[in-house]
Amino acid sequence: MSRLSNIPLTGWIGMALIAANAILFLFGPMLAPFGQEEIVGMPFDMPQPGHPLGFDQNGRDMLSRLLYGAQMSIGISLAAVCLSFAVGVPLGILAAIRGGWLDLVLSRVVDTVMSIPVLISALVVLQALGSSLPVLIVTIALLDSTRVFRLARLVAQGINVMEYAEVARLRGEGLGWMIRREILPNALPPLVAEFGMRFCFTFLFVAGLSYLGLGVQPPFADWGGMVRDNQQGILYGLYAPLFPAAAIALVTIGVNLTVDWLLAGHTTVQGDNR
Amino acid sequence: MSDILRIRDLRVATAEGVELLHGVSLDLEKGEILGLIGESGAGKSTIGLASMGYGRGGCRITGGTIELAGKDLASASRPEREAVRGARIAYVAQSAAAAFNPAHRLERQIIEGPLRHGLMTAPEARAWMIELFTALGLPEPETFGRRYPHQVSGGQLQRAMVAMAMSCKPDILVLDEPTTALDVTTQIEVLLLLRETIRKYGTSALYITHDLAVIAQVADRLMVLRHGAEVETGTTEQILSAPREEYTQRLVSERQASLNAEAGAHHRTGEEILRVDHVSAAYGRTPVLHDVDLSVKRGETVAIVGESGSGKSTLARLVSGLLAPSAGQVRFDGEALPESYRKRSPDLLRRIQLIYQLPDVALNPRQTVGETIGRPLETFRGLKGRAQRNEVARLLEMIGLPVEMAARLPGALSGGQKQRVCIARALAAEPDLMICDEVTSALDPLVAEDILRLLRKLQDELGMTYLFITHDLSVVRRLADRTVVMQKGRIVEEADTATLFEAPRDPYTRRLLDSVPQLDRGWLDKVLAARAS
Amino acid sequence: MVSLIAKRAGLGLLTLWLVSVLVFAGTEILPGDVAGAILGQSATPESLAALRSELGLDVPALQRYFDWLGGILTGDMGRSMASGQPVSDLLWPRFRNTMALAAYAGVIAVPLAVGLGILAAAKRGTIFDRAANIAALAFVSLPEYFLGLLLVLWLSVKTGWLPSLADTYEGMGLTAWFTATTLPMLVLVMVTMAQILRMTRTTVLGVMDQPYIETAFLKGLKNGRVVMRHAAPNAAAPIVNVVSFNIAYLITGVVLVEAVFNYNGLGRFMVDAVSKRDLPMVQAAAMIFGAAYVILNMIADIAAIALNPRLRHPRGKEA
Repeated sequence: MSRLSNIPLTGWIGMALIAANAILFLFGPMLAPFGQEEIVGMPFDMPQPGHPLGFDQNGRDMLSRLLYGAQMSIGISLAAVCLSFAVGVPLGILAAIRGGWLDLVLSRVVDTVMSIPVLISALVVLQALGSSLPVLIVTIALLDSTRVFRLARLVAQGINVMEYAEVARLRGEGLGWMIRREILPNALPPLVAEFGMRFCFTFLFVAGLSYLGLGVQPPFADWGGMVRDNQQGILYGLYAPLFPAAAIALVTIGVNLTVDWLLAGHTTVQGDNR
Repeated sequence: MSDILRIRDLRVATAEGVELLHGVSLDLEKGEILGLIGESGAGKSTIGLASMGYGRGGCRITGGTIELAGKDLASASRPEREAVRGARIAYVAQSAAAAFNPAHRLERQIIEGPLRHGLMTAPEARAWMIELFTALGLPEPETFGRRYPHQVSGGQLQRAMVAMAMSCKPDILVLDEPTTALDVTTQIEVLLLLRETIRKYGTSALYITHDLAVIAQVADRLMVLRHGAEVETGTTEQILSAPREEYTQRLVSERQASLNAEAGAHHRTGEEILRVDHVSAAYGRTPVLHDVDLSVKRGETVAIVGESGSGKSTLARLVSGLLAPSAGQVRFDGEALPESYRKRSPDLLRRIQLIYQLPDVALNPRQTVGETIGRPLETFRGLKGRAQRNEVARLLEMIGLPVEMAARLPGALSGGQKQRVCIARALAAEPDLMICDEVTSALDPLVAEDILRLLRKLQDELGMTYLFITHDLSVVRRLADRTVVMQKGRIVEEADTATLFEAPRDPYTRRLLDSVPQLDRGWLDKVLAARAS
Repeated sequence: MVSLIAKRAGLGLLTLWLVSVLVFAGTEILPGDVAGAILGQSATPESLAALRSELGLDVPALQRYFDWLGGILTGDMGRSMASGQPVSDLLWPRFRNTMALAAYAGVIAVPLAVGLGILAAAKRGTIFDRAANIAALAFVSLPEYFLGLLLVLWLSVKTGWLPSLADTYEGMGLTAWFTATTLPMLVLVMVTMAQILRMTRTTVLGVMDQPYIETAFLKGLKNGRVVMRHAAPNAAAPIVNVVSFNIAYLITGVVLVEAVFNYNGLGRFMVDAVSKRDLPMVQAAAMIFGAAYVILNMIADIAAIALNPRLRHPRGKEA
C-alpha cells in the first residue's frame, strides 16, 4: 500500500464509499431538505421533483429520512465497535502477557460467550433489559469484545514470544512498556483491519435488530427500522424499502472493499509461471 | 561435448519486475556435477528452479534460453514444461520435512512421478523405489515407503527426497542445499550416499550450496555467483587452489581460515563468574538437561557445542532465567542466581546479556536503532536526553555502524547490520557475561566472519566474558578458550579448545570433529577409507 | 486420537452446561423484577406477589436455575407467560421448521461454496477468481433482508414465479413445501455461500503456499491434480472448521430470513417472545439455538481431528 497508483479500483471504490458515508454521518441532517417527522406527501408516493426517492409509508420524504438515519445507524455501530475494542484489546493483550489463571479464566468466559451465536445472546439480553440506546450499544459492544479479545490475544501472543519481547522482559520492563512499546505498535495492522470488519458486522447487526423491531426504537429512525416500516411496499412492487436497505449495503460494501484491499496487500499473487 | 543442459543469458525477474538474474550462462555435461555457490541473494536457487522452467512466488523468466535435451524451456508451453519436470530434471529441496506432503505416505508420493509421466507401471515404479531406498541406505527398504513423512527422521527424509527425485530416472538433479538443514554427523552420511547414488546412475547434477567445503567433496566444476551474476567458473581444484576473482579469493580464504585457524584462544582470566552446579532441567515432563556442571571465568570464552537436541540452548535459557532448573543451582559471581528473571534485581539483569541467532526477530521492527540501543542505557544506566544520544553514537561507532543509522528502523538494515545492533544493545548494559546463542548461524560466511571479528575485538578492548552456544565447530575453534561438548542433555567432554581439537577423548567428540567437511577435495574419500579400515 | 475426540466431546458437554448458565443468567440480569415489568403501572402489591409466586420468583435464583435445568433435561420447559401454553408444545414444531429450512439451504450452499472456493483458489488471479471474489464480497456485505426483498420483487411480485411469503402448515405436500421455502432458501444460500467461499479460498491458498505444493509442481504434475491430490487433503480439516464457523451465520441468517418471509420457525418465534418479554419462551429458544450451535461445532471439530493425517497416523516408536 505504498503508492497511490498501486491501489486497485476496488480499493478506490471502497474508500470513496467510506468518505461519502463519513460525510453523511457528520452532516446528514444538515443536508436533508425536509424534517425527519415532516409529512410532505402521500404514503408510498412515487419519486418526483424535489423528492428523488419518493415517500415512505407515512408520506415523509424518503431522502430526508435516509439522511437523518445515517447518524443513528452509523453512530451506534461506531460507538459499539469503539467500546468493544476499548474492552477487548487491553484484556486480550493482558491475557497474552500475563498468561496463567487470568488468561485461563478470561479465555474460558470468552469461549463460552462465543459458543452462542451473537444474535441469540443479544436477544436474551434485550428480552431482559428492553431495548434502549445505551443497552443496545453496551450489549453489542460486550458481545463483540469477545471476538476482539480473541484476536488481540492471538496477535499479542505471537508478538510476545518474539525475541525482542523477551529482550524487553529480561531488561525488567514493566507491563506499561510491554503493551505500549513492544506489543501494540506491532499488533496495529491486524487490529485496524479487524476494526473495519467488526464495524461491518456490528453495522449489519444493529440494522438487523432494528429490522426485527428490537433495535433502535421510535421516535428515532435508523435504516434497519426504515426497511421494516416500508417492507409491505415491496408487495406492491414499490422500491421504498430497498432504499434504506441499499444504503446499509453500500456502507458495508465500502468497508469490506477497503479492508479486503488492505489485507490483500500482504499476500503475493502467483503468476502463471509454473 | 555432450551438453545435457545449456543455459544462455538467463534473466529472471520477480512479479514486481525486480531482476534477480542478470544474464547467466552455463553448460552441464552428462554425468557431471556442477556446483553453484554464493551467498544468500546470489541467485543460486533461482537458476536451479529456472532450469526446470519454474519461477518461485511469481518470478518469471524474462530472457535467455534454457536448452534441455535440445528443447528450449524458456519459450516452451506449460504442458511442455510439465512433461520435462520430474521426468528429465528433478528437484531436491533443502527441507524435505516441508517438501513432503504430510497427508500421503512416502511411497505414494515417490511413485507418483513415474506413474503420472507414464514412464513405468506401478509394480515397476515400486521396485525401482525399493532399489533406490536400498542404495540410499534406508532401513527396511521393502516397507519404508509405507510410512508418513512425520514418522521418519530428518536424515532419512532427506534421503527419501533424493529417492523421490530419482524416481523417474532423470538426466539431471537440481540439489538445493540438500544437507544444510542436517546436523554435521547426519550431513556426512547423506552426502556420502548422495554422491554414491548420483555416480551409480550416471546422473548429472546442479548442486546448490553456500558451503565451499561441502561442494568440494562432490562437484566436478564450480560456478561462483554473486548478486545474480556469475563471478567465475572453473574446475573445483582451480577454484579452491587458484581463484582468479577477488570475491572468490575472499570466500576461499575465509573458509580456509575457519577450518585451519590456530585452535583456541588464550585470554587472561580472572575469578569464576558463572557456575552451573549439577543442573538438570525439563520441558514439561521431557528431561532436556542431565546433571550439567560448568564454570566460566571472568574474561574467558567458553563454547558449548552440540547438535540439535543436545540441550545447549536450554542451558542458555537457564542461565538467563527463562527456564527454572529441576535440580541443581546456577551461581553468578559467587551468589546463587534466582531461578526466574522476574526475581532478579535490575543490576543482575544488566550483568547478564543475551544475543540471539535471528537478528530479524530480536529487534522490534517498530523501534529505531537509536531507541533500541537507548532503552537499556536508560533503564540500566539512567542515561537520558543528550547523554543517551552521545552514548548511542559511541556504541554505534564501536560496533562499526555510522551514527546516522540511529534514526533507521530495523527493516532498512542488512542481516549483518541488525546483528551488530543487537550486540550494541547488549553492550549498552555494560554486562559481565554475554551469552551468544548461535549468533552467526543465520548469516552468510563473510558477514559471520565480520561479526566474529567484532566480538573478538570487543573482548580484547573490554575484557568481555562470553558463553558461546553453537553447532559450528569452526566458530569454536577460532574463538573459544575452553570448549564443552554436549550430547542429549549431558556434557560428554570439556577441555581447552586446542586440546579438544587435537586430542579428543570422547568418541562422540571425535565423530563430531571428523564430520566437519574440509576444503580438501579428497576428504570424503579419506573418511570413507578410515571407516572401512 | 480417540482420546482427543473424547476430550473434545467432553468439552462440548461442558460448554453446553455453561451455555445454560449463561442463558439463565442473561435473563436474570433485569434490575428490579420481571413481575414488576410485566404488570407495569397497574401493579398492586397483591397482584405483584401473586404473579411472583406464579412465576416462582419467590424462590432463590439458584434453585430456580436447577428447576429450570431439570425441566429442560426432562422436556418440560415451563409455560408461556403470554399464552399459558406449554413452551415445548409451541417450540418443537417451529424448531423442526427452522432446521428444515437451514438444512435445505445448507445442503445446497456448503458443497457449492466449498467447490467454488477450491476452484477460485486453483485459478488464482484469473477472471473467474476475481469475479467470484467480488461477487462473494458483495453478498457478504448485503443484508439478508435486502437480498430477500430484491428476490421478492423480482421472482414474486414482478414475475409471480414463487410466493412472496413462506407459508407452511402441517401436512402440506413436499412440492408445495419446496415452492414455499425456495425464496428464503436462496437468500440463506447466497449469504452463507459467500462467506464459506471466501474462507475456503483463503484456506486453500494458504495450503498452496506450502513447499510440498511446489514439490508437486516440480514433479511435473498438472494444476488440477496438484489441487485435488496435494492441496485438498491438507485443506480438508481447516475447511471443515470454516464450514462450522459459518453455521453461526446460518443461524443468525435464519432469524432474519424468517422475519422477511414470515416463515413459521424458531427465529421468528424467539423474536416475538422477546418483544413480548416472554421469559420462559426466550430461555427455551435461546437454549435450543445455543445447543444446536454447540453440537454442530463439536461435530465439525471432531471431523477435523479425524481428518488430520498427523493425528490419524501417530509417530510411533521409530521416529
